[in-house]
Amino acid sequence: MNIAVCAKRVPLSGGRWELTADGTEIDTSGASMGFTLSPHEECAAEAAVQLVEEFGGSSTVITVGVADSEEQIRSLLAVGIDRGVIVETDGGEWDPQGTSSALIEQVRAGSPDGAYDLVLLGTEAADTADFQVGIRIAHALGWPVVTNVKGLKITDGVARCERAVGSYREIYEVSLPAVITVKDGLNIPRYPSVPGRIKARKKSVDFIAGERPAPRLEKVKLALAVEEQRSAEILGTGTGNGADAVPALVELFRTIGVI
Amino acid sequence: MSSVPATAKCVVIGAGIVGNSVAYHLARLGWRDIVQIDKGPLPNPGGSTGHASNFCFPTDHSKEMAQITAESIVQYREMGTFTECGGIEVARTTERMQELARRVSSAKSWGIDNTEIISPARCKELVPFMDESVIIGGFYTPSVGVVDSVRAGTIMRERGQAMGALTSIGNVEVTGIDVEGGTVKRVRTDKGDIDTEYVVIACGCWSRRIGAMAGVSIPLTPAVHQMKDIGPAPFFADAKGDIEWPIVRDMDTNMYERQHGSGLEIGSYAHRPILYSAEDLPSNAAAALSPTEFPFTQEDFDLQDEQALELMPDIVGDETVGEKYAINGILSLTPDGMPIMGESPEVKKLWAAAAVWVKEGPGAGKCIAEWMVLGHSEIDLHTSDISRFHDHQKTVEHVQARANEGFNKTYGIVHPGEQWASNRNVRLSPYYSREQALGAVFYETVGWERPFWYESNAALVEKFGDAVMPRTSEWDSRWWSPIINAEHLQMRETAGLVDLTAFAIFDIVGPGALDSVQRTAVRQMDVAIGKVVYTPVLAINGGYKSDLTIMRLGKDHFRVVTGGAHGMSDLKWFSDHLSADGTAQIVDLTSSMTTLGIWGPNARKIIEAITTDDMSHEGFGFSTCRVVEMGPLRVLASRISYVGDLGWELYVPMEQGARLWDMIAEAGVEHGLIPVGIGVYGTTGRLEKSYRAYGAELETEYNVLEAGMSTKKIKDADFTGKAAHLKHRDEAPATILCTLTVDDHTSANGEKRYMLGREPVLTADGGIITDSHGRRSYVTSAGSAPSIGKHILMTYLPPEYAVIGTKLLVEYLGEQYPCSVLLTTSEAAFDPTNERIMS
Repeated sequence: MNIAVCAKRVPLSGGRWELTADGTEIDTSGASMGFTLSPHEECAAEAAVQLVEEFGGSSTVITVGVADSEEQIRSLLAVGIDRGVIVETDGGEWDPQGTSSALIEQVRAGSPDGAYDLVLLGTEAADTADFQVGIRIAHALGWPVVTNVKGLKITDGVARCERAVGSYREIYEVSLPAVITVKDGLNIPRYPSVPGRIKARKKSVDFIAGERPAPRLEKVKLALAVEEQRSAEILGTGTGNGADAVPALVELFRTIGVI
Repeated sequence: MSSVPATAKCVVIGAGIVGNSVAYHLARLGWRDIVQIDKGPLPNPGGSTGHASNFCFPTDHSKEMAQITAESIVQYREMGTFTECGGIEVARTTERMQELARRVSSAKSWGIDNTEIISPARCKELVPFMDESVIIGGFYTPSVGVVDSVRAGTIMRERGQAMGALTSIGNVEVTGIDVEGGTVKRVRTDKGDIDTEYVVIACGCWSRRIGAMAGVSIPLTPAVHQMKDIGPAPFFADAKGDIEWPIVRDMDTNMYERQHGSGLEIGSYAHRPILYSAEDLPSNAAAALSPTEFPFTQEDFDLQDEQALELMPDIVGDETVGEKYAINGILSLTPDGMPIMGESPEVKKLWAAAAVWVKEGPGAGKCIAEWMVLGHSEIDLHTSDISRFHDHQKTVEHVQARANEGFNKTYGIVHPGEQWASNRNVRLSPYYSREQALGAVFYETVGWERPFWYESNAALVEKFGDAVMPRTSEWDSRWWSPIINAEHLQMRETAGLVDLTAFAIFDIVGPGALDSVQRTAVRQMDVAIGKVVYTPVLAINGGYKSDLTIMRLGKDHFRVVTGGAHGMSDLKWFSDHLSADGTAQIVDLTSSMTTLGIWGPNARKIIEAITTDDMSHEGFGFSTCRVVEMGPLRVLASRISYVGDLGWELYVPMEQGARLWDMIAEAGVEHGLIPVGIGVYGTTGRLEKSYRAYGAELETEYNVLEAGMSTKKIKDADFTGKAAHLKHRDEAPATILCTLTVDDHTSANGEKRYMLGREPVLTADGGIITDSHGRRSYVTSAGSAPSIGKHILMTYLPPEYAVIGTKLLVEYLGEQYPCSVLLTTSEAAFDPTNERIMS
């Protein structure tokens, strides 16, 4: 099986984000700023590695981004993806149409192992969250697409895709080649091992100069989400490891109906 | 909590291991109303303590560091937060094996027992997941352990709180520090202001920024130390507790590996230095993990991955073992690698306790608290003292340059004489170009470029032949030259000219000047104008704070001259002891005055050639000073000597120094004058005369009687440390400073070896020597004494060993060499009756 995984370098989101002065970008200038991949894409890569382990073949990760995206690409090579392709941008954010057109070109080109059988992506990028790229790729290639997938099994060239809808599960079966966008929870991505890191350094990463198509979406301004106001109520303090708080705690448990 | 107390006796800023320890020890020593704040939440506010590797290796070549670490381990143990696991520093190279032998020696010198050099097979036995074929040996310390520094901090806070002495509040950010009349008054925070008598800045890598709020320099820089945790490893599936196998330091790759539960932590000091400023540290809210856990940069760790794999293939090479956690952890680096502790020279009652790592935290906190409450710390802290820094050493450029250079020395093999390469040529004496022309080899002291020897004297090596005591070993002769000993011998024959510009010089003037120096110096300072007094300066415990010379230049005018290295600490000490009524002022002349020393049998003839003043012994007695005219210059000449020969120190304004040099050099031609480097001045000349040096023989741990420097009478006037000194005079000294000579230098392979200092001195059968106060005997200074053809060692010995002729051993790089006690007093090996000086 010949699989393409599409992934994107995004700012590390553990802490509070700040915006640039003009409000159009996430400020990534700080020394403590790090970059990562979205959890969905880590699951997509893990799925690709598992499928190659199961069926043989190879996997390629493709990204559209700055040259420094190599850091994220190598981290996927370290968990078992076989090679990487970076369509290099000048740093500006490409809109979903621009991004997908670059990816479509790479998917059409195939890998050294031939044409792709499957394209795996995260449902959305962790920073821009446009939910478009997977569908655009599938549409352009004329392939079936299943989005928001949380369960995946391939048998005899047919992908059985599960997605959660409310309290129900939907199951789709599509023939390969297909595009599947996956969600966090599809699997538990493995951590890179040290030998994996060392091997990753020797794997090939191709850099391809990207040409940004004229954007059709204009980004005017970003706004930070209003921070959720959290409050804590101290039920009791004092001696005996807070034993004074027990009656209040019991009362609270009664109120919320857990006892 | 939404507010802070309005007043406090002391505000401790920082709730990492250091702040917690300072707060607790202040409480233990009786202080109350201590308020501790941190901008992060308790118990882990997000500083370096929170992500520290938490292991303690007790051995360090620095005595001060070793002592602070030892004290810390005692405290961690007492709190039940220490897990002993042992530790091995492994060697991949023969050069490292020699270094490990040196570490065994340092361990013995500083009282760390049971360390040993072990074979690769024994390493494997102790750490079965190690590939012993990669290494050639190890330095094993069974007492290495892992601590829970966050828990220890919590215990210390709770103890302070239980005493009713301490209030600790998290999520309080300092916004300013108010200083009034040179004394700290108030800490401003986002939760209200706190009026306070004292402030301690224990803010780790933020300390520089917080200090700046009060106009105080805390010259440190945040720097990255990379580490990654891999696991779970099947090999550790049955591991019990936090740590079961010894920690391994792979010294030659600047890395360590430690088992941690089911995982392995791999840490590195090998990567490129990555330095930041406090402004780069994010707030707690903006930080992905914590403000001091920066995102891991894998490319900086690529080589370390491979080296860890080499040494621990069974764990690191297992593809099922993943990286669970990897960070660029932030810690603090200083320009000289030592912590920054003590009261700031800029603001009274504002103290720093920074650049202290987890292994030193509790000990450092205790030291600071003792210093604040009692006036001195049991452990001598002079190399950590915040007042040690000269102005240029406080600049961002200096701190970054030296931290950059020093980072990879963390596990490095650092020769005791090793010089810094970065940020040189900051302070140049007026003679610099002349010295360069003479082929001076420059060493640096607090920014000054000082000739250590002159290549122009190379021909003298041949002249004196074996008398220069040539060394064949690369280690013994690194940062050394036989020219030093040749210069020494020539100086003893004719005369030598020494550039002493690095002296720190300050004048104390005003009606209260006499009172000020009287209360600071041990010796009588109410002397005739024109007297030069060499005197100990004592801490309140009667131990050495310094030793220096003071000239009385007028009724209300004294000039203090002291070594550059400790000059700024001495300046602060004297400033702190000025008469309280403001009738004395201190003026730092270090950068205004330059000093040349001229000594040797021909020194008088040379000086007489350029002056018409009476320079005869009768006309210009020893220990006196006065202004004499030399050509167009008025020169303050002071007849003293630190090299044991006739001569003078000559002081002139900086801009006139070059003219003085030229006059002396010209007059010296016919009298065989040569330029002489600091190698002679600081080592050979003084050791031959058993002259003590502050920081080597003289420390607050040793008193005047032990140093053999007491006088028959003690002055009536009061001085700091007098009560303790009087007590010491009534006691038999527990140890006595002795001068030893090495009897046989021949090592096992036949090569002659020469000790460099800090080595353990042992009994004739190899036993450790400890005095009744628990202090080990070690070499305080070592060096050639070319005039007597011996290698001299100075060491403190308990009275039973301090007997002339006693046979002892000195351990150097794993071998033991016989030595004998030559002198048990301050009498000299060379010219004991001082005929030369008094001629």
